[in-house]
Amino acid sequence: MIYRKKSSIAAPGEARQARVRGVLAGDLEQVIEIDTVVTGLRKAAYWAEILRRYGGGRRQRYFLVAEADGRIEGYVIGEVRDWEFGSAPCGWVFAISVRPDARLGGTGTRLLGAISDNFRRAGVSKLRTMLARDNQLILSFFRSQGMMAAPFISLEKDL
Amino acid sequence: MKLQTNTLLALYSVLEFAANPGRHLSAAEVAQKYRVSPHHLAKVLRTLGRAGLVGAVRGVGGGYRFAGNAKRLTLMDVIELFEDISAPRRAIAKGARRRSATDGIAAPQEVEDALGVVLKEIDEIAKATFRSITLDTMLKLIERRRGARG
Repeated sequence: MIYRKKSSIAAPGEARQARVRGVLAGDLEQVIEIDTVVTGLRKAAYWAEILRRYGGGRRQRYFLVAEADGRIEGYVIGEVRDWEFGSAPCGWVFAISVRPDARLGGTGTRLLGAISDNFRRAGVSKLRTMLARDNQLILSFFRSQGMMAAPFISLEKDL
Repeated sequence: MKLQTNTLLALYSVLEFAANPGRHLSAAEVAQKYRVSPHHLAKVLRTLGRAGLVGAVRGVGGGYRFAGNAKRLTLMDVIELFEDISAPRRAIAKGARRRSATDGIAAPQEVEDALGVVLKEIDEIAKATFRSITLDTMLKLIERRRGARG
């Protein structure tokens, strides 16, 4: 896995700049803490499985964290997905989060920039994600990064 | 999706002001740029002013300036000031064929209900899209389009 050492997408005027790197096993408790604060649900077993599947520099899978002053400020997770539903290989981001008290400092932008760089190096040129349409905060974030509606529609039904 | 003329004019105006946050623009300047009547634009600007999105400065060198937060204000915030983009809801009298309050067509309730589900889905997607795009994001999008056009 290739990590960005320094981002060129910093927000102006931020006090401290988080460094983006690959996740380490010792980061997991802070990642769980961020997710718990944001979602209100602690999912330790889920995160242990995500670390097993996406941590450790696995091919085409990326689990990155932003660290500032020894504290994990946020994380992003994604992978390259090939030929799903006729789609050419693309980079999928399925989780991104930043501590509420560390927002508006460019950390999310740096995390997304770092995983995008990894996707580019893996040979894909399209970034995709999916989220609830009432999640205005994260939707606005992705929009601010230049993301537009994809030519796919997600569907579901009760089983 | 088609927005009313006043709504479009409000969006154009507020983007014009947000792109020049430190500058006072006269209503006449904006009206001339978008080839609309100053009288028509003045009504739109009054609504934007009452909502606190633009501020008016009187006198020589006066005009309007952006008074909102471009990183927080969404397209939906502006649109909602001028129109309700939801599909028209029918006046429902349960179990009977009814005449729509909006188009005069009588339809069986189940047909109307099923169509309502589809229209609601479209409404929700449209609203989520407008709510997710801030003026700041729109200005970046405009800049990219300008770059693409060379």
